[in-house]
Amino acid sequence: MTTGALTIPRIVPRPKSDTGIWSWIGTVDHKRIGTLYFFTSIFWFMIGGVEALIMRLQLSAPESDLVSPEVFNQLFTMHGTLMVFLVVMPLSAAFFNWLVPLQIGARDVAFPRLNAFSYWVFLFGSLLLNVSWLVGDAPNGGWFGYAPNSETLYNPSNGMTFWVLSLGVLGVASIAAGLNFIVTIINLRAPGMSMFRLPVFTWMTMITSVLIVLALPVLAVAGIQLQTDRLFGTTFYDPVHGGDPVLWQHMFWLFGHPEVYILILPAMGIVSDILPVFSRKPLFGYPFVVFAGIVIAFMGWFVWSHHMFTVGLGPAANSAFAVSTMAIAIPTGVKVLNWLGTTWGGSLRLDTPMLFALGFIAMFTIGGLSGVMHASAPSDAQQQDTYFVVAHFHYVLFGGAILAIFGGIYMWWPKMFGWKLSEGWGKINFWLMLIGFNLTFFPMHWLGMDGMPRRVYTYPADQGWDGSNMAATVGAFLIAASVLVWVINVIISWRKNDRAGGDPWDGRTLEWSIPSPPPHYNFAEIPTVHHRDDFWFKKHPELVEEYEGHHGPRGAPEGAQFDDDIDEDEAEDDDLYARHDADDEDHGESGGHGDDDHGHGIHLPDMSYYPMILAAGITLAMAGMFTEYWVIGIGGGLIAWGLLGWSFEPVND
Amino acid sequence: MTEATHVAHEEPLEDTSTGLNNRKLLMWTFLGSDVMFFGAFIATFLVYRNRSLEGPYPNQILDIPVTSVSTFVLLMSSLAMVLALDGIRRNMKTVGRFWILATAALGSVFLGFQVFEFNEFAHLGLTPQTNLFGTTFFILTGLHGTHVTLGVIWLLFMALVFSPTPLERWGLVMAVAGFYAVMISTLSGIFTGGHSSLAVITTLVGWPAMILLLLGIVGIFGGLRILSTAGKGDKSSDGALDLELAGLYWHFVDIVWIVIFTVVYLISANDGTPPGSVPFDLPVRH
Repeated sequence: MTTGALTIPRIVPRPKSDTGIWSWIGTVDHKRIGTLYFFTSIFWFMIGGVEALIMRLQLSAPESDLVSPEVFNQLFTMHGTLMVFLVVMPLSAAFFNWLVPLQIGARDVAFPRLNAFSYWVFLFGSLLLNVSWLVGDAPNGGWFGYAPNSETLYNPSNGMTFWVLSLGVLGVASIAAGLNFIVTIINLRAPGMSMFRLPVFTWMTMITSVLIVLALPVLAVAGIQLQTDRLFGTTFYDPVHGGDPVLWQHMFWLFGHPEVYILILPAMGIVSDILPVFSRKPLFGYPFVVFAGIVIAFMGWFVWSHHMFTVGLGPAANSAFAVSTMAIAIPTGVKVLNWLGTTWGGSLRLDTPMLFALGFIAMFTIGGLSGVMHASAPSDAQQQDTYFVVAHFHYVLFGGAILAIFGGIYMWWPKMFGWKLSEGWGKINFWLMLIGFNLTFFPMHWLGMDGMPRRVYTYPADQGWDGSNMAATVGAFLIAASVLVWVINVIISWRKNDRAGGDPWDGRTLEWSIPSPPPHYNFAEIPTVHHRDDFWFKKHPELVEEYEGHHGPRGAPEGAQFDDDIDEDEAEDDDLYARHDADDEDHGESGGHGDDDHGHGIHLPDMSYYPMILAAGITLAMAGMFTEYWVIGIGGGLIAWGLLGWSFEPVND
Repeated sequence: MTEATHVAHEEPLEDTSTGLNNRKLLMWTFLGSDVMFFGAFIATFLVYRNRSLEGPYPNQILDIPVTSVSTFVLLMSSLAMVLALDGIRRNMKTVGRFWILATAALGSVFLGFQVFEFNEFAHLGLTPQTNLFGTTFFILTGLHGTHVTLGVIWLLFMALVFSPTPLERWGLVMAVAGFYAVMISTLSGIFTGGHSSLAVITTLVGWPAMILLLLGIVGIFGGLRILSTAGKGDKSSDGALDLELAGLYWHFVDIVWIVIFTVVYLISANDGTPPGSVPFDLPVRH
């Protein structure tokens, strides 16, 4: 490289240690970054949960005055924004990081430093958003930030500025991560791992990443428009100059509806990987599940105006969007059918991950059905802005995404940390959460049908809403208790330290073929893949004929086979990989590959702190836009330092 | 030479699942993402077309001949970019480096036109705060200009990367500093002298601008003289991929400009006062 001649002097030496704070600040290891994502977003999950509890306390009885209307506006805005951008998206990102390289047989993602950068930008962006509470100016215009309500004219506090700037920062994090995972999944697959042998979670990561890189820029544009309006007096959404409130709605929901699938597709991937393991059968109709995911993602771009049925777009637009919205139920139904088909005739084990996965299917289906109800424009006119809608999207986002994510936590916890979570506590966790969830959100269907509007801070006593509201509040505290049970479970299981071994669940995919926790290089020997669910067929070669036949997987479309010739070749590789299976319980140094602890000749990228510097610079530059201009200068300096240092830093010193 | 040329042109198959280079794939994917970014802004412009409630309106503001020249300059920068990459791939470092600098220079001239244009429009009464046309015009073209600026900085760093010795760096600094001295003196001449593009010739009379201009010209020629020989024959195709990535970005930004020029300038050039809006009288030029 000619770049070798150009070096940027280091102000701080490159971190080298495997332990201590610097090993986390400088880490470029996808597993550690996943862990950082995980604990950060669990923290925000707790904060967002507390916000929800305060709202439920306020609404538990009519005419309550626990919080003021102003604070209530801030609470529902921050609850929504946190749960979407700081909880479900980054929790999915935690799973992307933990699982994708392991599932495709790679040693890391394609761009490890970019991956670290995504995390740090996410962290700083989330802090920027939540600092607003500390200065008493939390955003209050809803998670959708409808303009012109969010414009300075109507909303002079700094709240929505915090909102729009931190969403800009978070968008950078998401897009960087999305780009990284697209390249990783396309380019870093192990030999023989054709696209149609990918685990479904990896497939859904791929589809989600494509949605992220295409949808987030639209939010960024809407954000920049609102931001320049608020800070520099442009007229995008200023009605005095003819700014159009409907344009904001189009921009926001053109992002917002793909965003819904960004939230749910990873959850669907998690469930599609849990069910076959605990049914001890391959996923029923794998190509259908994958194509249904692709179709959902594609059609997700043509349904956004169903959020705007009551705006008055006219019968033609409303009909078109009603039809497209109803049509999207078809691929979704295909997935549900395939999940049920997977459990059909399987020898089921009802361990905690499986319970969560089954809970997901039931709850998500209920949420999907109420979704079809307000896909119909006239019906939606009755439901718009009522608690019916709140019930619907909590059924798909909590009953859907969060249940699936908790299933994923129980499933892959032993892989990540090496010890299992307790099954007993796990089951208490599941049932408490399921019951609490239904107690909270099912009555909201009735509340909505009875006409209780969303986002009101209180309601009069004579509406017949009291009982349902009290039930919802009790349910919310049950959910909180279930999360507490999870925390207790983590602490107790950590003390107990029940070693999991490499393959505690009789897993099917590559991540179970290596020790738990995985060594930092993941695979001592890059595996060669011969089947979908390769590891399972390696363990049960007698089942290959039954499930895959001689012409590839059952149900695969004609001509969907790739790399079939590999099955015949590379017998030696097969042996190596088989040895992995045999001794994975006590694998490690004695794994038979002659590796020492450092992975024998495997060169992974060294640590780097530049991603964090760059992330801090971007966040400071954003924060400086509405505080002091010299802050932008500091941010700009950090950006320059981070970018230059990063660009001219060798991968290994 | 010819043999080496052929070898250099072969795209080596990468050790990845698809044989594509990771970074190149990343750049293409990023550009796909950026399409949505500009697409959303261009859509906003189109939605708000002919909806300004007060002037000035596009037919009073837009100067198609001037912007045609700057568009031509930007498109020529893409040609220079192609020649730069070709030079580097053929191991002709001094040629490649010259065209890298030419690309950055043409991009900077385009930016100079944009500065001139923004300034001119502000004098005519159009700012980002004036009306929907001003808002959508300035933010869209301004963000495009930001993209060009980042591209110029990137290219200048590429030129630096291809100039490893102190002598080459001196030449580089001279040429680049000289170029910007010429640009600044010219622009200042325009801004002090009036608002016509002919002012370039007629108003370079202030002695500071004159000295800056002369020093700049000396710097450009001196720097290029050094760069034309220093480091000649170095193996340079190692950096070809880095340059290719910068090139992908550069061409993309040019293509976006073609759309912007068509939509914002050519199509909107005759947009007058929308029905019901307040007519606008342009300030008298001096």
